[in-house]
Amino acid sequence: MTDVQVNQASEPGTEQDTVWVQEVHFIDSVPRWIAMTFVFVVFIGTWHLVTAFELVSPIILPTPWETLEDMVFVGKNLLSGGYMLGALWITFKEVVYGFALAIALGFSFGVLVGETAFGEKAVMPYLVAIDTMPKVAFAPLFVAWLGFGIESKVALAAFIATFPIVVGTAAGLHAADENARMLFKTMGASRMQTLIKMKLPTGLPQIFTGLKIGAVGVMAGAITGEFLGGGKGFGELIRVAASQLNTPRVFSLILYLSLVGLAVYAAVTWSQRKIVFWHKERVGAHDH
Amino acid sequence: MNAALAQDYSGAPLGAPVYELNNVSKTYARNLVVALEDVSLTLRKGSFTSVIGSSGCGKSTLLKIMAGLIPPTKGRVVLQSKPVTGPRHDIGMMFQQATLFPWKTAAENIVLPIEIRDGKAAAKKAIDSAHDLLEMVGLEGFENVYPNELSGGMAQRAAICRMLITEPAVLLLDEPFSALDELSRDMMNMELQRICNEQHATAFLVTHSIQEAVILSDEIVVMKPRPGRIAEIVDVDLPRPRTLDMMTTPKFGEIVDYIRTLLDKGEDM
Repeated sequence: MTDVQVNQASEPGTEQDTVWVQEVHFIDSVPRWIAMTFVFVVFIGTWHLVTAFELVSPIILPTPWETLEDMVFVGKNLLSGGYMLGALWITFKEVVYGFALAIALGFSFGVLVGETAFGEKAVMPYLVAIDTMPKVAFAPLFVAWLGFGIESKVALAAFIATFPIVVGTAAGLHAADENARMLFKTMGASRMQTLIKMKLPTGLPQIFTGLKIGAVGVMAGAITGEFLGGGKGFGELIRVAASQLNTPRVFSLILYLSLVGLAVYAAVTWSQRKIVFWHKERVGAHDH
Repeated sequence: MNAALAQDYSGAPLGAPVYELNNVSKTYARNLVVALEDVSLTLRKGSFTSVIGSSGCGKSTLLKIMAGLIPPTKGRVVLQSKPVTGPRHDIGMMFQQATLFPWKTAAENIVLPIEIRDGKAAAKKAIDSAHDLLEMVGLEGFENVYPNELSGGMAQRAAICRMLITEPAVLLLDEPFSALDELSRDMMNMELQRICNEQHATAFLVTHSIQEAVILSDEIVVMKPRPGRIAEIVDVDLPRPRTLDMMTTPKFGEIVDYIRTLLDKGEDM
């Protein structure tokens, strides 16, 4: 697809207009939803062909159709308030409690580390050390300490999600530039005023970046907790379906589960847009 | 114009000393660099003083001392007969960047110094004065606009209002328009002259531009580096109000040349 652009440049001595032919990349002229549908169709098509020609055993990979059928079944169970809805509710609670705990802890430690010299010198190294550990490895400990109820899952979810929020908050508090600091100094602002009226609002974009990474981690934490610590959540349903080699069920459960993660992420993005209204964020470099 | 604006910022009559520096020196303890040596300076009520000099001549150290941000090593720094021992509300300051906060409207940004000093309720009461100031700088109707919708020049006008809202006795201007393009810069300088004149403000400007210093100032403090000290204080006896046309007069050229010579001498040392 090409676009012809005509530039009227009157050069002395020549009567001809300067005509450029400017190439416009095909992808730039395609709406996003069409491009996304294209990828989806290719994905389902490939999946269909792989199963139709039995390149993979049906136990390992169900057909798209089987998966859809199971999704309808699970969807009906969820909508009619069946046992699956109860399980989803438990997982949802774990995620929400875990995230709330992570926000409280992450924000407090973030302020401690980002605002005080003591925090930066003495606390930050420990946080970095703990952050580099594989945090899911702590799951058996949380189960041993807190039992097989939702508490151990909430703890693991919060444990994973806290660190990005600490880092985001600390980075945000360092985001204010020299001019803003000097301005607040000349206005005679106290340390608390400088923190609340300038540093925190300035750092909100970074804080929200931390929250978004945390929102993804909290989901992983809750499900890992359920895989390793049992309970009655959605992770347990997935584990049971997988052990019964019911792969269509595993697929459809994961898809419904992703809705919870999506809801949490959407809630964070929505509040970011409401609170940090002055900061326009782009999805990607090519999103014009 | 409302009463707050028409009123003089300090009771002092025009020409009386407002800000006095006596033999001020600053040595940075960290590396024993003498940033400022034996600077004496008097700002008189309603006067416009500029300081000019190459980098390393101690301009910004001088400004920080005058703003109460850092203490001098030696000497007396006295504003309105009280020694300056820290940031004060009778000092207004403006920087190269407007530094408006994007989560506050123009008017809310302007009353920020009041909010810091006296709290939210007082800031709310001051919103009317903020409107008057915006009107004075030609930004009427922009009260509720957020800073990211303002151009560079408009943002600096709002920053002027924020500086004036506390009715400071002295205005410290740290290259306020150097980030603007040359056309807006000339225009803003004329605006600044008008505003200072209307407010009977005592202003102290740090600049890199000789032309800017000459067109705005009554006195120009020429500084030389290593250690930072005053080379000469040059009187500018061009008539007021100044206009941009004056920049083409022989008198203007003479003063510019003289200051350039002084600056070149400083560099040779």
